[in-house]
Amino acid sequence: MIHLRGVSKYYADRPVVDRVDLSVYAGESFALLGHNGAGKTTLIKLMLGLCRPTRGEILVQGRKITGAGSGSVNVGYLPENVSFHDSMSGREVIRFYARLKRRSNKECDELLAQVGLTAAAGQRVRTYSKGMRQRLGLAQVMLGNPSLMFLDEPTSGLDPALRALFYKIIAKRTAAGSTALVSSHALTEIETSVKRMAILKNGSIVACGSMEELRCQAGLSATIRIHVPAGSTKAVAETLRDKVDIKRVNERTVDLNCIDGEKMEVLRHLGSLDSPISDVDITPVSLEQLYTHFTATEVSTGEGKIK
Amino acid sequence: MNAVWVIAMKEIRDGIRNRWVAGSILLLTILAVSLLLLGSAPAGSVKADTMAVTVVSLSSLTVYLLPLIALTLSFDALIGEFERGTMLLLLTYPVRRWQIIAGKFSGHLAILAAAVLVGYGLTGVVIGFTGEPGSSAIFAYILMMGSSVLLGAAFIGLGYLVSVLVRERAAAVACAIGMWLGFVVLYDLMLLGIVVADESHNLSQRLFSFMLLVNPTDVYRILNLTGTNVVNAITGMADVAATMELNKSVLIMILAGWVVVPIITVVFLFNRRDL
Repeated sequence: MIHLRGVSKYYADRPVVDRVDLSVYAGESFALLGHNGAGKTTLIKLMLGLCRPTRGEILVQGRKITGAGSGSVNVGYLPENVSFHDSMSGREVIRFYARLKRRSNKECDELLAQVGLTAAAGQRVRTYSKGMRQRLGLAQVMLGNPSLMFLDEPTSGLDPALRALFYKIIAKRTAAGSTALVSSHALTEIETSVKRMAILKNGSIVACGSMEELRCQAGLSATIRIHVPAGSTKAVAETLRDKVDIKRVNERTVDLNCIDGEKMEVLRHLGSLDSPISDVDITPVSLEQLYTHFTATEVSTGEGKIK
Repeated sequence: MNAVWVIAMKEIRDGIRNRWVAGSILLLTILAVSLLLLGSAPAGSVKADTMAVTVVSLSSLTVYLLPLIALTLSFDALIGEFERGTMLLLLTYPVRRWQIIAGKFSGHLAILAAAVLVGYGLTGVVIGFTGEPGSSAIFAYILMMGSSVLLGAAFIGLGYLVSVLVRERAAAVACAIGMWLGFVVLYDLMLLGIVVADESHNLSQRLFSFMLLVNPTDVYRILNLTGTNVVNAITGMADVAATMELNKSVLIMILAGWVVVPIITVVFLFNRRDL
């Protein structure tokens, strides 16, 4: 669906996107993560042909993207902080875009209903709140049922209910075979709503893969928290010392840090212990921890670049 | 052509909504009617053709007003959409960049043409019924209307040129004002200054003619003030017309060139622009 090979974009001799290799496959939901200025928006613009790559090759839906070409009926785009012609009503805006894709007014009304804008469709966009603009933005993305959707920070500044609606609609589309590429800061949302992700730092991809793959690459350990009767933490710790990294939290609780591959072994060992363990909680490595790991300063640019 | 049509219709609808269409029609109608009323005084005493007199007075004022309307319509067309971010979205639709320019141009030109045709056309019809103009004067009036649309088109293109070149909307405003002043006022003053300073007549007539032709407003003036014999008699520019050695079709072609060249340049620059 999307293939980038050695793509760089320089602005005034400064690389904003630096030697990026990336593949996103059909029907996938994929996220681009990174700090502000990491190059997420530029990367999306490059894939949309809104700007030209300084180097490298971009293939989207089998078309070579060189910049300054026309968009495609099969692509939908929601820019960051989307803006529309303020003097038009929501309905007029969506109909304007629909005509460019040769879609019907009926489809416009259905999409407005889907994003919950039917009642406000007659109002001028000038009077819309941020949430309403974003809803209208999502409606226009879905015009013509595109097979590829680019969503740049789609949920920033939205309330939790609206965020949930956004991801629900996107999930419905990807389930129906569309590909979604989302850029975001909202890591907790992304963790549960996309299959694969790439972490960008200073224009380069520092990590790419599914959550499981990223955990393996990072080599970060999950936390197993065990609860024991008061006063027995020391005894339990003694039996586990040579097996795993241990941290005593309080007199009833002990944290065991172990990498994903060792988890089962540790759990089996816990089961075989005579000591009375009252409860076990397992906290896997979160995306936030992975993100911090990969974007931390000691990880040098380019390291961990994965196709 | 679908995209060009959709964009043109949007521009026209915008023009109707923000009262550009009504405003410019009203402005040009008031201008034409008031000149007609004022113009009947000289026409009455010397029995000059009212329509021919109106052509002279109206084109003299059109040359100031129409470029201003055209630039105001067009300077914001691209930079405004770049700044608001609406261009970003538009370019991801199945629209080529030249189609955006063609669509906007068609829409803006339609607004301007409507203002000229209604404002000047209605006045022309009134004169036609009341003043018994000769066929030459009627031709001059129609020529004036047509060339006014062409002059407006040229300045719409020049407005787009400003709009695609600048990086900020505020700069576009300044450039558009500067462009208007330059073409409409300062250029002729400069030519006048050169002629006055050139006491020994080193400047050839041919070079002077050429310098007049590199300014669309001067081309428009020459076309309308020397266009027909009946008008020449009023303006006293028959001599100028004779020495210019240019016929009307050449002048119209030059004016059309002032439409085509800026528009092609805008498309070229827009195609190269990163968003």
